[in-house]
Amino acid sequence: MPQVSLTVNGKQHTVEVEGRTLLVELLREKLGLTGTHVGCDTSQCGACVVHVDGLAVKSCTMLALQADGMAVTTIEGIAAADGTLHPMQEMFREHHALQCGFCTPGMVMTAIDLVNAHPDGLTDKEIREGLEGNLCRCTGYHNIVKAIAAAHPLMHGQAPKAAE
Amino acid sequence: MYDFAYQKPASVADAVKLLGDDPDAKALAGGQTFIPVLKQRLAKPSTIVDLGKLDLRGITVGADTVTIGAMTTHAAVASSEELKAKIPGLQELASWIGDEAVRHRGTMGGSLANNDPAACYPSAALAMDATIKTDRREIKADDFFQGMFTTALEPNEIITSITFKVPQKSAYEKFRNPASRYAIVGVFVAQHANGVRLAITGAGQGGVFRHTAFEQALSSNFSPDAIAGIATPPDDLNGDIHASAEYRAHLINVVARRAVAKAR
Amino acid sequence: MGFEGIGASVRRKEDARFLSGRGHYTDDINRPGQLYAFIKRSDRPHARIASLQTAQAAAAPGVVAVFTGQDMAADNVGGLPCGWQIHNKDGSPMAEPPHPVIAIGKVRHVGDPVAVVIAESRQAAKDAAELLEIEYDDLPAVATTLDALEPGAPTVHDDVAGNVCYDWHIGDKGTVDAAFARAAKVVKLELTNNRLVPNAMEPRAALGDFDTSSGDFTLYTTSQNPHVIRLLMGAFVLHIPENKLRVVAPDVGGGFGSKIYHYAEEAIVTWAAGKLRRPVKWTAERNESFMSDAHGRDHVSTAEMALDADGTFLALRVATIANMGAYLSTFAPCVPTYLYATLLAGVYKTPAIYAEVKAVFTNTVPVDAYRGAGRPEATYLLERLVDVIAHDTGMDRVEIRRKNFIPADAFPYQTPVALQYDSGNYEMTLKAALDAADFAGFEARRAAARAKGKLRGIGISTYLEACGIAPSAVVGSLGARAGLYEVANVKVHPTGSITVYTGTHSHGQGHETTFAQLISDQMGVPIDQIEVVHGDTSKIPFGMGTYGSRSLAVGGSAMVKAMDKIIAKGKKIAAHLMEAAVEDIEFDKGTFKVAGTDKSKTLTDISLAAYVPHNYPIEELEPGLDETAFYDPKNFTFPGGCHVCELEIDQETGVVEMVNFVAVDDVGRVINPMIVEGQVQGGVAQGIGQALLENAIYDSNGQLLSGSFMDYTMPRANDLVNISVGTEITLCTHNPLGVKGCGEVGAIGSPPAVMNAVIDALKEYGIRHIDMPATGAKLWEILQANRPKMAAE
Repeated sequence: MPQVSLTVNGKQHTVEVEGRTLLVELLREKLGLTGTHVGCDTSQCGACVVHVDGLAVKSCTMLALQADGMAVTTIEGIAAADGTLHPMQEMFREHHALQCGFCTPGMVMTAIDLVNAHPDGLTDKEIREGLEGNLCRCTGYHNIVKAIAAAHPLMHGQAPKAAE
Repeated sequence: MYDFAYQKPASVADAVKLLGDDPDAKALAGGQTFIPVLKQRLAKPSTIVDLGKLDLRGITVGADTVTIGAMTTHAAVASSEELKAKIPGLQELASWIGDEAVRHRGTMGGSLANNDPAACYPSAALAMDATIKTDRREIKADDFFQGMFTTALEPNEIITSITFKVPQKSAYEKFRNPASRYAIVGVFVAQHANGVRLAITGAGQGGVFRHTAFEQALSSNFSPDAIAGIATPPDDLNGDIHASAEYRAHLINVVARRAVAKAR
Repeated sequence: MGFEGIGASVRRKEDARFLSGRGHYTDDINRPGQLYAFIKRSDRPHARIASLQTAQAAAAPGVVAVFTGQDMAADNVGGLPCGWQIHNKDGSPMAEPPHPVIAIGKVRHVGDPVAVVIAESRQAAKDAAELLEIEYDDLPAVATTLDALEPGAPTVHDDVAGNVCYDWHIGDKGTVDAAFARAAKVVKLELTNNRLVPNAMEPRAALGDFDTSSGDFTLYTTSQNPHVIRLLMGAFVLHIPENKLRVVAPDVGGGFGSKIYHYAEEAIVTWAAGKLRRPVKWTAERNESFMSDAHGRDHVSTAEMALDADGTFLALRVATIANMGAYLSTFAPCVPTYLYATLLAGVYKTPAIYAEVKAVFTNTVPVDAYRGAGRPEATYLLERLVDVIAHDTGMDRVEIRRKNFIPADAFPYQTPVALQYDSGNYEMTLKAALDAADFAGFEARRAAARAKGKLRGIGISTYLEACGIAPSAVVGSLGARAGLYEVANVKVHPTGSITVYTGTHSHGQGHETTFAQLISDQMGVPIDQIEVVHGDTSKIPFGMGTYGSRSLAVGGSAMVKAMDKIIAKGKKIAAHLMEAAVEDIEFDKGTFKVAGTDKSKTLTDISLAAYVPHNYPIEELEPGLDETAFYDPKNFTFPGGCHVCELEIDQETGVVEMVNFVAVDDVGRVINPMIVEGQVQGGVAQGIGQALLENAIYDSNGQLLSGSFMDYTMPRANDLVNISVGTEITLCTHNPLGVKGCGEVGAIGSPPAVMNAVIDALKEYGIRHIDMPATGAKLWEILQANRPKMAAE
């Protein structure tokens, strides 16, 4: 069986997979990282979004072998080492941006990517467009939009703080 | 998904050879359409030839042309400031494809080679008289698209880059399928020195097509009013649960006028 | 720590795990030696299974077993039971055809299970399923609600003539007919309520496990009510006694009704785990969700209102045909009857109502309760009808509502369709919503939109619903085969922390927080010392689960009852410790005091004494501080309110763009405003989805055309706008908390508000009614077919 070597949440793994093994199957079934979810089979729902080399990707629409040599970050890997939540996680909690929690990992990973890509700010409309590829059936999105808007200054405010 | 052998060649020549050696091998570019097809078991390739390692990325902006590597992602096209200044319509089109996560993986070459009748890029290629460069030849866009999911490519032929003629003005406007968000009607309009080219995706039974009646009218008067009275016959258009052929025919006019209005 | 009792927007306790990827959903669970099941489903809407050969599939690599319906029948496995029996007009029981776990002889809808392949991996099972050799003799299919009743229509079940499951009615036909005979005006409306696919984001999953040592079965499943599944599957399908069967519903990723029911896959994996002596897991792919999760709605109705000359409602007559799909899902029969027709009074004092409901079988996925369940259908019918009355009579749509409201001083109010409302104030929520939406200023906004080529409309709906279905004796007399009480076990531990076990189930509602607040408020214990446990039959005494917005009204009341017992016992212990009379002990916020003195004991003093009974009234009191209560409500609760929707239609494309949505709801006492707001917003989003986007479409042959997210339009962030939520409350008078329920109000109140806005936007075209969903394509056709009847302003 072919092998794939990749870094997941900072940890190096070499795993045997079938050619057809999806990245999400590698994460959930081989590495036990069940925070990344599968909500559809047509690449529409976004529950499986992870970061590959820093960019949001649907892990149900990427072969595990395609990720060879790449760095993957999942929902399990975004909090600080001491357990402090990422500002996006914290704002999701603060603004009640999750209910059943199933879409949440993909939603958070997409939201972080969206805020990263728009350092100069995001309007509510841009946030709603930016969530094009993520479905939530519980919240009506209202609080997700609020949470992302609230996380934006925290995420972009952090860099100068750390540099001081 | 059926299982398959997996190859990730380091050169175009190796990729072509792998595809040529095995008639049931298939090339994998970004995979954003192809992997869902595989997941539905609608294709059963014996070997997947992953083009991910090939050095086919990048955007080269020249005076009269823009050349984009086949493995350039939609996200790279959508975020190129240089391209936005040169061909705003193309940059905008890329930003409309799928969603951000899809744009991070999906590629221009993959989209063109697949020629999905609802994909966005084929309209840009036709409207900007693109030349599709492969491992062995150059193909004009007008000859490249040959009906839905059908192109002029040989089974083992790989697109390496796409060269667009830079128009004076361009725009892409898309009327999205409310469910899938693919184009029900997508219109790319490009005003060139020698006339207007306008291509429609999403609507035609045979895939992307140029709208010659619109092109003629716009070539003499580049304004929405010029095409307001031109109806498109619904006979050769798609109809489905989301939009009848008649609705698509109507939308072609609306969407084209909106594209012309915002062209710059 | 700030205030975290009743009324505080406490941030949710459950969020830390969900936000960190540590949620524990059914598909996240793996058991040693686990096998994987793939269910081969019918691709035919209606066919006889001429032959089914499994040998090749069984011999494929990695395959452990292949089972068919015959195999399960041979093992004495029963069919999936229906939990509610409706009686026909003539008193005879409804038709209740068998529902085999795996099809035997015939398949009756696309998605009907035909065989199960069990293998060492998901892919091996799926690969092998392609080797099943199935020959079908296709039969003509009946796909739509109306087609089912056509003369000569194919019959879904051989012994159900004319496809009629039941022909039921409610109300006084004679009085209604007489009122129509003397009415100054009659307004009639025909309408459909579109079929929906619930699409909780977590696909269903089930994992069966068998302990070879004890002989115990465990089923992990995506359920809203694990005890009900244990009861139905154990007693009717697999014949496993409750003491040998544990059902666990861990974190569940949304339900909206679709995870109430006992599904075939639960029985298949549990049974197969016993047969194979190994755990067996099944996880739905989304395409399977579309063809195996119970769908919602799907009514075709005629409604008629008799009016006097000044617009007072005299009588309402309704005839509805409801689609049951191919088989009766667990609670399907009660949805278009007792959860629908009993709601037809709405917020109006219509003195006479008569409704008849025919339920029909079709070759489609079974239909059952989906968020709101019957009440959205009733509300949509009524609130559209009221707007049509305004349209036909020229009366103002707000004034006609006000004129017919049940006034605030009329409670308790007995409707002509069985229900007795305990409290409400419809003028209050109407006024608050109109103010919040600036209804008075709308015409200026309409004119401004007109200037940019947009047709702007505003719509309202004033609605009421019934939650916390009860009491058990009443629902039993109406055909329920279960009780509808709830159970709570409150354990105060020796050092004063508390675990509460509830028979309700949280799959997004935030029970771990709301219930902790409730306990904290009454017991004076901080919420981080309170654990709420749900979803495991081995831990919780019993329970009926979560649906019908019942958890707080019924489950919360059970907790109050259990806490009352704790406090009563604590007072006895406190009286003993402080040498006072029990009657003199007062309990407040965690402290037992002797009235009129400064003597007091904390809850921890008492719990420690209860578990270490050295100085304890052991002769009269058992040790321990652990009480269980069963609470059977006296009545439904009746939330209500007003929703206002403002939107624009693009004249060129017909596409609707939401502009504003305001909901003002009376949900009774609010424990956590943040969670209530979220529940309403989510419900409204589903209601907007039904009104504008979602539609489960079958072609005439019974193929589901909208069978994936590529074709079934789920509301996305950019389809919606901010949803403003307000609450104006009256208290429920018959439960100890005064709570009513908030889980479904959004989905019930919003669809008619949206559709009334769509039709208002088309005012100048004189459009009277449009069926949901109001897609761009549909509105464009309407715009094409109609010309403005009034001059544009």
